[in-house]
Amino acid sequence: MLLALVRRALAGLAVVVGVVTLMFFLLRLAPGDPAILLVGPTASPAQVEAQRKALGLDRPVAEQYAQWMGQFIRGRWGTSIATGRPVRAMIAEAWPATVSLVGISLLLSYILGIIVGAVQASRGGATDTALSVVTVTLFALPGYWLGLMLVMVFTYWARALPSFGAAGFDADFLTGWSRLADRLRHLALPLTTLTLIGIGGTARYVRGAMLDVKGLPHVAIAQAKGLSPRQVTLRHILRNALIPVLTLLGLSLPALFSGAVFIEAIFAWPGVGRIMVDAVGARDYPVIMAATAVSAVLVVLGNLLAELLAAWADPRLRTAEPAGAA
Amino acid sequence: MAASGSLFSDRRARFGLIVMALAALIALCAPLLAVDPSLQRDIVATRFLPPLRTDLHGTFHLLGTDRFGRDVWARLAYGARVSLGVGVLAVLLSVVIGTLVGAAAGFWRGPVRAVLLGLTDFALALPRVVLLLLLASLWQPSAALVIVVLGLTGWMTVARMVHGEVRALVARPFVESAIALGVRPPRVLARHVLPNALTPVIVAAALGIGNAIMLEAGLSFLGLGVQPPTPSWGNLIASGRDTLVNAPWVATAPGVALVVVVVAATLLGDALRDRLDPAQRREERS
Repeated sequence: MLLALVRRALAGLAVVVGVVTLMFFLLRLAPGDPAILLVGPTASPAQVEAQRKALGLDRPVAEQYAQWMGQFIRGRWGTSIATGRPVRAMIAEAWPATVSLVGISLLLSYILGIIVGAVQASRGGATDTALSVVTVTLFALPGYWLGLMLVMVFTYWARALPSFGAAGFDADFLTGWSRLADRLRHLALPLTTLTLIGIGGTARYVRGAMLDVKGLPHVAIAQAKGLSPRQVTLRHILRNALIPVLTLLGLSLPALFSGAVFIEAIFAWPGVGRIMVDAVGARDYPVIMAATAVSAVLVVLGNLLAELLAAWADPRLRTAEPAGAA
Repeated sequence: MAASGSLFSDRRARFGLIVMALAALIALCAPLLAVDPSLQRDIVATRFLPPLRTDLHGTFHLLGTDRFGRDVWARLAYGARVSLGVGVLAVLLSVVIGTLVGAAAGFWRGPVRAVLLGLTDFALALPRVVLLLLLASLWQPSAALVIVVLGLTGWMTVARMVHGEVRALVARPFVESAIALGVRPPRVLARHVLPNALTPVIVAAALGIGNAIMLEAGLSFLGLGVQPPTPSWGNLIASGRDTLVNAPWVATAPGVALVVVVVAATLLGDALRDRLDPAQRREERS
C-alpha cells in the first residue's frame, strides 16, 4: 500500500513536471517575440536585442529551459509582466479562493448528487424519468450561461445577491456575523452555479452505478435473507456503487477546475482561474506558467486523494496492482 | 449491431436524433430561414426589439434584435453552422486520434503499449481548459484553432475504450486464425479487429459532441474562440452579457439552443450506450 502510494505520488510529480515542460516549450514555439511585446513596437532593434538578452532569449532553448526550471523549483517565479507584482504573491492570494469555491461545491454536489441518484435508482418509474430529465439538463448547462441567468434573476431582477467578487467594498469595516454574511452572499451565486452543474453529472453516474450493482448476485441474496428494501439499498447497493463514484471524484477534478475557470471569470471571483484568464489575455507569461503549475498540482493532489478514498472504501484495491498493469 | 429501427423505439434516442437533425437542418438552411445578419439597415430603429415584434420596415423578429439591430434568430441560425460544425469536426479529430492510439496500444504489447498508455494517462491528467486557454492565447483565435485544440485534448476516453475492446478482440480465435494464415499485423488490425471495436467509439462520439459544442462556446465566450462578427453560440452569449438588463433575450436564446442540443446529444449517447453495453459486458466477463 505504502509502496503503491509512493509510486502514485512520483507519477503525479512526473505529470506536473510534464505539464510545466509542455507549457514552456509551447510558449517558445508560439509566434510573437516576448521581448518585442515588452519593449513595445516603437523600440529600436538594439533595445529589442538588449531585452532579449535580459530575458535570456538569445541562448539555446534547452539551456533556457534548464535555467528556468532551476529557478522555478526554488520558488523564484518572477514578476508579472502586466501588473509588475511578484507572481508568488498573486498566486498565494488567489489559491485559497479557488480551493474554497471548488471544495465546497464538490462536497455539496456529491452529497446532493448521490441522494438524487440513489432515489432514482431505487424508486424507478415516473420519479426516475422526471429526475432524469432534470439531471441531464443540469449536466448540459454551460456554467458561464447558467451563471449569467442566475445573475439576471437574483442580481438584476430580485436585487438580492451580489454578482461579482468575494467580498463587498465595505468588507474591511464589517466584523463578526455581518462579515460572514457578506462573504456568504458573495459566495452564493458562483457556488450555486458550480454545484447545480456538478449535481447533474454525479446523479447520472450514481444512478448508473447503482443499477449495475442491483443486478449482482449478492443483492438477490440480501433480499432473500429478508432484509428490508431500505437496508438492501443502503448497505448492499449504494455502498458498493459508491466505489466507482469515489474514483470519478478524482477524475472529475480537472473538469471541475476547468468549470471553475469560467465561473471565476463570470463572477470576478479572485481565484487562480481568473488570474489565468487575465494573464492569457495579457500574454503575461510568468503568471501563465505559475498558474498552470498550481492547477496541475491541485489536480494531481485531487487524483491522489480520490485513490486513497477508493482504497479506503474498497479493501480489494488495497492490495491490487497499480492501474497501469491491469 | 442492432437495427436502427429498434434504436428509434427508445424515447431518448428519438428525441436526440430529431433535435440533432433539426439543428443540422437549421444550420444548413440558415440563408433560407433567416435574413443574412450582415445585411443591416437602420440600427437605431431596429435595435433592442423584444421577441415577436415587427420593426418599422415590416420585418418580423422571432427572437428580437440585439444592440446593433441584428435579428437574434438569424444570428442563432448562422451561429449553429459554426457551433455545430466546430463540435462535429473536433469530435471527428479526437475520435481518429483516439482510435489510432487505442488500437495500437491494444494490438502491440510491450513498449508500444506502455508508452501509449502512459501518454493517455498523462493527457487525462492535464487540466483541459487551462491547456485550451493557453493554446488559444498563443495563436490567433479562430474556428480552425478551436477544432484542433479540442481534438487534441479530447481523444483520451476514446483511446481507453478502443484499447480495451482491441485487447479483448486480439485474444479471440478469428484474429488468431487470421495471423496464422499469414495476414500482416497492420492488415489484421485494420480489417479484422478495428471494425469490431468501433461500437464504443460511436457512443463516445455522441457524448463528445455535446461536450465539444459546450467548450467551443466557452472559449468563444471568453473571447478566445470564434471571433465576432462571425456568430457562434458562445460569442452570442458573450455579446448578450453586456445587455443582460435591457435585452435579456439576446443571451437567453443562444443559451437555450445550446442546452437543448447538448441534452439531445447526451440522451442519444445514453441510449446508444444502453443498447451496445450488454454485449460489451458479456465480452469482458468471458
